[in-house]
Amino acid sequence: MLRFILVKIGLLIPTFIGVAVAAFGFVRLLPGDPVLLLAGEHGISPERHAELMHQYGFDQPIWLQFLEFLWHLLHGDLGVSIATKRPVIGEFMTLFPATLELSICAIIFAIALGIPAGILAATKRGSWVDQGVMGTALVGYSMPIFWWGLLLIILFSGILHWTPVSGRISLMYFFPHVTGFMLIDSLLSGQKGAFSSAVSHLILPTIVLGTIPLAVIARQTRSAMLEVLGEDYVRTARAKGLSPARVVAVHALRNALIPVVTTIGLQVGVLMAGAILTETIFSWPGVGKWMVDSIFRRDYPAVQGGLLLIAVIVMFVNLIVDLLYGLVNPRVRHGR
Amino acid sequence: MADDTMSHAAPENAVTDTRRTGRLALIAEFWAYFSENRGAVYGLSFFVFICLVAIFAGFIAPHAPDDQFRDALLKPPVFQAGGEWRFLLGTDAIGRDVLSRIIFGSRYSLFVGCVVVSVALVVGILVGLIAGFLGGWVDTLVMRVMDIILAFPSLLLALALVAILGPSLTNAMIAIAVVQQPHYVRLTRAAVLGEKHRDYVTAARVAGVRPLRLMFVTILPNCLAPLIVQAALSFSNAILDAAALGFLGMGAQPPTPEWGTMLAEAREFILRAWWVVTMPGLAILFTVLAINLMGDGLRDALDPKLKRS
Repeated sequence: MLRFILVKIGLLIPTFIGVAVAAFGFVRLLPGDPVLLLAGEHGISPERHAELMHQYGFDQPIWLQFLEFLWHLLHGDLGVSIATKRPVIGEFMTLFPATLELSICAIIFAIALGIPAGILAATKRGSWVDQGVMGTALVGYSMPIFWWGLLLIILFSGILHWTPVSGRISLMYFFPHVTGFMLIDSLLSGQKGAFSSAVSHLILPTIVLGTIPLAVIARQTRSAMLEVLGEDYVRTARAKGLSPARVVAVHALRNALIPVVTTIGLQVGVLMAGAILTETIFSWPGVGKWMVDSIFRRDYPAVQGGLLLIAVIVMFVNLIVDLLYGLVNPRVRHGR
Repeated sequence: MADDTMSHAAPENAVTDTRRTGRLALIAEFWAYFSENRGAVYGLSFFVFICLVAIFAGFIAPHAPDDQFRDALLKPPVFQAGGEWRFLLGTDAIGRDVLSRIIFGSRYSLFVGCVVVSVALVVGILVGLIAGFLGGWVDTLVMRVMDIILAFPSLLLALALVAILGPSLTNAMIAIAVVQQPHYVRLTRAAVLGEKHRDYVTAARVAGVRPLRLMFVTILPNCLAPLIVQAALSFSNAILDAAALGFLGMGAQPPTPEWGTMLAEAREFILRAWWVVTMPGLAILFTVLAINLMGDGLRDALDPKLKRS
């Protein structure tokens, strides 16, 4: 097992270096002079321009800039955001909990609905229930989520006035951000109504971000269940006279869940891509919206650091999924 | 060798004949499996409908896509109070007919899908074939590069690429094609690795078939099934991603009647005029849904493992 883990981690190192090169290369290729863009319409004197170019290191040869970037990277320093003048890593860390909270809620929403829906569809294969569930799942899978978010805002915020349109919590409430998770912080603050305000802000973004993972998980659960239900040991369990519910829940489900768990792990990339759109629509102050804003602002260090950190998170979660898969499935571990 | 060609020359006609009927039979068999899936047939019909709409947009659309009717700003659709027959799906904030814009918009979405899939498919197959066939350090290098692309969330990578290239529909297509590349490369490579050591390939190699012919004529046709299914999937993904980039202001630029760009322009009116937001989104959803239904049908028809069950 240790060997397996080490091999997997070893494979990540070249990818990580490649990702660092890519993140560094991207921003150097962006058109436009970042200092001029920062100065805006007022313009900037040539001396100040040169001074700023020097301060951000844009006047050095590209390879020197890269070495410097790597050196700082190894010390956990991703530079200073041009727009906010704060360290990129600190900026990312303050915004990341918002994205994490939203993603966790979305994936819980997707799992809680998707797995039962998939099991139901598989056990009632070919019936109208199956067709209904799979039809809905395909609609969800085909959904342009930015439009879906706007529709939900029209319905629940515009017409029914049930939920707020944007942000994480009503401006009425003010309390220290201990964990960065609004749901936990609002509970800790003990203020009346704070928690329900946080929940009502979270509902629509959760649904929007969770829709595609929900559809994927439901489809995957159904096909995994169908495969397992055809196996000999399930027939044996039935022949023993076990109740259908027990056969499904205990014998079939446990094996069917292995591919489903992998699918869930692979949704991290989907969630991060979806977070960009969801956070933009709901003005959710997370890393997705921050990345979009930084790209539009040509904030070199922020885009560079953000790309790198997000890629590292995706790689890390994929590694965990790989390791878990090896843990439950020895054939993967000892293969090759 | 001479003997070999001689024996082949004579029954040439007979060979092509059986091959032709064989191909017809294959298509018939494919259609039999495909049409078993009712959803797939509906998807195919809707897709054909959208293609016709895109081709004949100039004849079908009641107005030009950028005609502004100053006397009819934000008119609701015809079935709502205040709607007019002139504007079946209403007008937007500067008096353009929503239906006409959607009709012309279909051209952009289908174009994006076609270009992205063709580019990604051709390049992906080439790179995948080379990696799988040559192996060694070429293979390692290619797969690491694909891993790097896959480490970034697709939309974020596309967004960053478009920011570098400059926001436009063409650059959005290039970015999406790059982002989708790894899927084709991995599929092709896996298929090649699966086929490479089969007996028929060894036989062809022993018979003196050159590497290029071995790659493209002997191996490639047997790897196509998963690639066709992937092409359908990535066609719909390309449409979604292009619309998302347009929505973020990084795809087609206004006043282009691209569906995602239309949504971005309509955003500020969502609480006043529901139709300017709803209609372009429905167009995206239906088109993507139709293609995904077709994709499911293709998978069922082409996957021999599923055929038996």
